[in-house]
Order: sequence, then structure tokens, then C-alpha cells
Amino acid sequence: MERDGERIEITISSRFENIELVQVIAEHLCENAGLDEDGSHWIGMAVREAVANAIKHGNRLDVSKKVNATFTLRDYELEIRISDEGDGFDPDKVSDPLNPQNLMKTSGRGIFYMRTFMDAVQYSFNPDGGTSLVMTKNLAKGSGLASSSKL
Amino acid sequence: MKATSHNVNGVEIIKLDGKITIGSGDQQLREVIGNAVTQGNIKILLDMGGVTTIDSSGIGELVGSYTTVANRGGKLKLLHLPAKLNELLHVTQLITVFEVYENEPDALASF
Repeated sequence: MERDGERIEITISSRFENIELVQVIAEHLCENAGLDEDGSHWIGMAVREAVANAIKHGNRLDVSKKVNATFTLRDYELEIRISDEGDGFDPDKVSDPLNPQNLMKTSGRGIFYMRTFMDAVQYSFNPDGGTSLVMTKNLAKGSGLASSSKL
Repeated sequence: MKATSHNVNGVEIIKLDGKITIGSGDQQLREVIGNAVTQGNIKILLDMGGVTTIDSSGIGELVGSYTTVANRGGKLKLLHLPAKLNELLHVTQLITVFEVYENEPDALASF
């Protein structure tokens, strides 16, 4: 893979208008790595949701707090790490949006979309504060839709 | 996000263009639907053909809009769903909630 080992990092302040910057980087990186437009779009969407959560639920819109995004390409696997400076939360407490009781809720679908469009999503919590989310995707699957098998 | 509306036989057709994402369009959608309902429009057809990007916040606002209209005894239906929005509604099973139409005459006849 021509771009194996490539690493891109960006740090943004906690403003919603910065989300698209990170999303665009993710999509371009995927397209440059050979993923098709749809596959790149869905990874970009997962990144958008992760950064939005970091800004809103992690840093609670405190613009002095940063969100860091690191993209690493290794052996056809894209690893995306999104870190915030917030207090953390328990992802297991997020309700299942597919539960009929939750179907008409106006929130709670962001993590579900991340898990749908990525191969793995894992949270870790720094004891000194801050949450890191690591998402991975095997780009060798062509269309990028490990997600499509779930559609 | 830009919203333009016109009324056909009692159905308020609201055309949305642009992004419905967190901090950009999500609250605007709530206001647009809220204003329409306040003005007595409870038959609403949302033309989504011009929506370029939507995220979970935008999807949440669509659900909230549906509920707002339904609580007034009305109906909110969707027209010209972009393929990617269609997929997002499918994976969350919200496609079972919304009535979706591919052309305006069929949509208008359904109210």
C-alpha cells in the first residue's frame, strides 16, 4: 500500500463549525487510500459523529478545550483516534436506538452510526480526564462497507 | 440550510436545501416546522431533495418534527429522499416511521 504508515493529526477547538474540517480530512485520506466515494463518505460520517460527541458531550462546548483527531494508515487498516478533554461518560449507558421504546427519541444515534460504519469502536478514559475513542476500518474490503453488510 | 415553502391544496410543501447537521440546520429545521404548525399547517411534505449532508442531530430533528406535527393531529411526510439519507433511515429503522415518496403528485394524493 503506497500510503502505508501515513499519519495525519489535527487539533481543533470545541466549535461545531470545525467538525467538517476533520470529516473532510478523513474522507480525503480514505479516497487517497483507494476507498470508493461511498465508503469514504460513511467513514467521514463516523468521524463527524465522534467529533460532535467530543465537542458536545466531552468538552461541553467549552471552546478553550481541544479535540484531537489522529488518523493512521497501517496495513490497509485505518485507525482513527478522537480525544477530548472532558469528564468522560459511560458508553454502555447510551440506549439502543433500535429498541422500539427509543425509536422516536430525538437523540442517541451517533454512537450507533459509528458502530454501523466502522469495524470497531472502543472508548478509553484517561484517569486525569479526557476520553479517547478509537475506531478502526479495514480498507481492503473495497467499498468500505463492512457497514453495507449491516444495512 | 435554506427552507422555502408553498401550499398546494392544504399541504405545506417545505423544500430543504443544504446541511442539516449539529449546529447548522438542526435547530433551523425545528423552527421551520414549529412555525408551520403554529400557522395551522399540519399536513407537511418535506422535500429533502436538496439536502447535501445530514447527521444524527439532523435525523433527530426529523424525528422531533414528525412528533411535533403528529401531536397536532397532522402528518409529516418525506419527498425526494437522497440515497444516503435513505440508508441512514434504514439502519435506524426510522424508515418504518416515515412515509416516503419519490414524486410530488403521489405524495400530495396521500394526504
